[in-house]
Amino acid sequence: MATLTYRDALNQALREEMRRDSRVFLMGEEVGVYQGAYKVSRGLLEEFGPMRVVDTPITELGFAGVGVGAAMAGLVPVIEFMTWNFALLALDQIVNSAAKILYMSGGQVPMPIVFRGPGGAALQLGAQHSQSFESWLGNVPGLKVVTPATPADAKGLLKSAIRDGNPVVFIEGEMLYNLKGEVPDGEHLVPLGVAEVKRAGTDVTLVAHAKMVAVALRAAEELARDGINAEVVDPRTIRPLDVATIAASVKKTNRCVVVEEGWPQFGIGAQVAYDIQHTCFDDLDAPILRVSGADVPMPYNKQLEKLAKPDAAKVAAAARQVLYRS
Amino acid sequence: MATTRRPTRELQRAANAVTDKALAGENPADLRRLLREMLLIRRFEERAGEQYALGKIGGFCHLYIGQEAVAVGAMAALTPGDRIFCSYREHGQALARGMSPRAVMAELFGRATGCSGGKGGSMHLFDAEKGFLGGHAIVGGHIPLVAGSAFAIKYKGESGVAVGFFGEAAVNNGAFHEALNMAALWKLPAIFICENNRYGMGTALERASAIWDVAARACSYDMPAETVDGMEVLAVRDAVARAAQRGREEKTPTLLEIRTYRFMGHSMSDPIHGHYRTKEEVENQKQRDPLVTFRKRLEDARMLDQEQWQAMEADVNAEVEDAIRFAEESPDPDPAELFTHVTSG
Repeated sequence: MATLTYRDALNQALREEMRRDSRVFLMGEEVGVYQGAYKVSRGLLEEFGPMRVVDTPITELGFAGVGVGAAMAGLVPVIEFMTWNFALLALDQIVNSAAKILYMSGGQVPMPIVFRGPGGAALQLGAQHSQSFESWLGNVPGLKVVTPATPADAKGLLKSAIRDGNPVVFIEGEMLYNLKGEVPDGEHLVPLGVAEVKRAGTDVTLVAHAKMVAVALRAAEELARDGINAEVVDPRTIRPLDVATIAASVKKTNRCVVVEEGWPQFGIGAQVAYDIQHTCFDDLDAPILRVSGADVPMPYNKQLEKLAKPDAAKVAAAARQVLYRS
Repeated sequence: MATTRRPTRELQRAANAVTDKALAGENPADLRRLLREMLLIRRFEERAGEQYALGKIGGFCHLYIGQEAVAVGAMAALTPGDRIFCSYREHGQALARGMSPRAVMAELFGRATGCSGGKGGSMHLFDAEKGFLGGHAIVGGHIPLVAGSAFAIKYKGESGVAVGFFGEAAVNNGAFHEALNMAALWKLPAIFICENNRYGMGTALERASAIWDVAARACSYDMPAETVDGMEVLAVRDAVARAAQRGREEKTPTLLEIRTYRFMGHSMSDPIHGHYRTKEEVENQKQRDPLVTFRKRLEDARMLDQEQWQAMEADVNAEVEDAIRFAEESPDPDPAELFTHVTSG
């Protein structure tokens, strides 16, 4: 086990997969000479050269489409968006091209491509730079949506995503890049579509993904001081969603809070709550609660921004509520 | 090599000045083959229109009648290793690429035997083995895919070219400009074929575009370009051959503006003429029907006699009838197919 930052874990995943498979290449804004806007691609240009680490003009629609066309011609593109906010310009290519071509072609044209970059809010970046789109993208058949929360998952999931053979939306976090954690040595693969229990508990299930895993774990520590033993389940993959692991936890705890950074309406929490009522109807001892980002564009002001984001206190309060201990 | 960047008026003159190319030195059998392919598309589309009216074909159906010389001329200059991307008006390109009329008609009928298994339809014809990578139905959306495929060709050191067909309405779209910029910047072996049929649905080029010479758009990207008479199959073939050679040998892209005209409405739900163009205009354009004029030229050059033409017509009619019968008799996809191919593996 080595201790790595989330950033370096991603870098290792890219490096290993590019060494393993000459069809894999990285394309995006500032990935090469600049070494990556968030330095995820540090050193890759030097090792793999400009044909495999390709700096693009600022044209999300265009280079996402270039990736799709390259995948259709037998390559395995990793398309980096500087942030997922900018990828809205590329939604046509992600949704209308990448997600549909295998199906529309009757299975003739595979689409091995990864679209990756940071999502969610950082600090005071304002409304256009602080958004979570996993629920939008998770709505689209043909896509897989991955949201790693730890360095180990970041590495293992990115390697699996590159090998998956399907269009994978891979959403990282600006605030996660410096997060340190242990990453298994050698070949480390985390399968897509498999949740992980990040903290075992008995009293309440906290479902959280990406950056919210750390928030949920902090909430669990806070709850533990009150003698409440929370279980934290990280789906890791939003689509396909590992309902079985979430349901197994809820059947044990009988209570559930879903935490997400994005907006509440039609969000991840809405989907998870549906799946839980469908699979665990007779096991629930309280209505499921959601803790989400506020239903507003992200404000710039520091205090307002804090109010808009989920935090451990909000999650702990919701957990107490489903335990009727508030 | 007629690759130039010229001012607008000069380009227009060049387009208008395209005259009959001498047939000397051409192989008569090859020319008859081009005529046959155009005839096949014409008859196929006429019969597809009828089948649509009968309710056998659903959804949208965009016919290629009037534009046959573009697909046939272009495909004649390409090789099996090339990759083809089209818009949603792509029945002609599919047939010209050598996809069987049976598989294409069955796809229009939505049958399991269709070239996309009945899951694509008129706008999403695919044949991966033939490098036919789809009809795409978002205007301009497939143009970056052409650049991407050309990138892959260069990346892998292959000798092919990636070719994209799109209408003139797509050139005002960001995807077009982003793709052409990258193709020129990275010197990719791509051919961007703009089929300028004068109308984006019901909007004339002049009502949508600040400049009327599509080829002139290439100036922005320092890309070779040509304006080509799209009613003249040999002019198209030769222009695409020049572009393909440039792609293969110099690994540089080309923009071709191929001026053509659709004799039918935008889709089956659009009348042939109406609010946006007059009957006189359509009739006037039909004087240059690429099929009629090419047949006459071959006859005048004694490369085609009456007997050969009649045999060709009978053969093509039988092929199209066979395609319709095949489509009619083919089964719908199995209900289980609903959930296959959403993802692979």
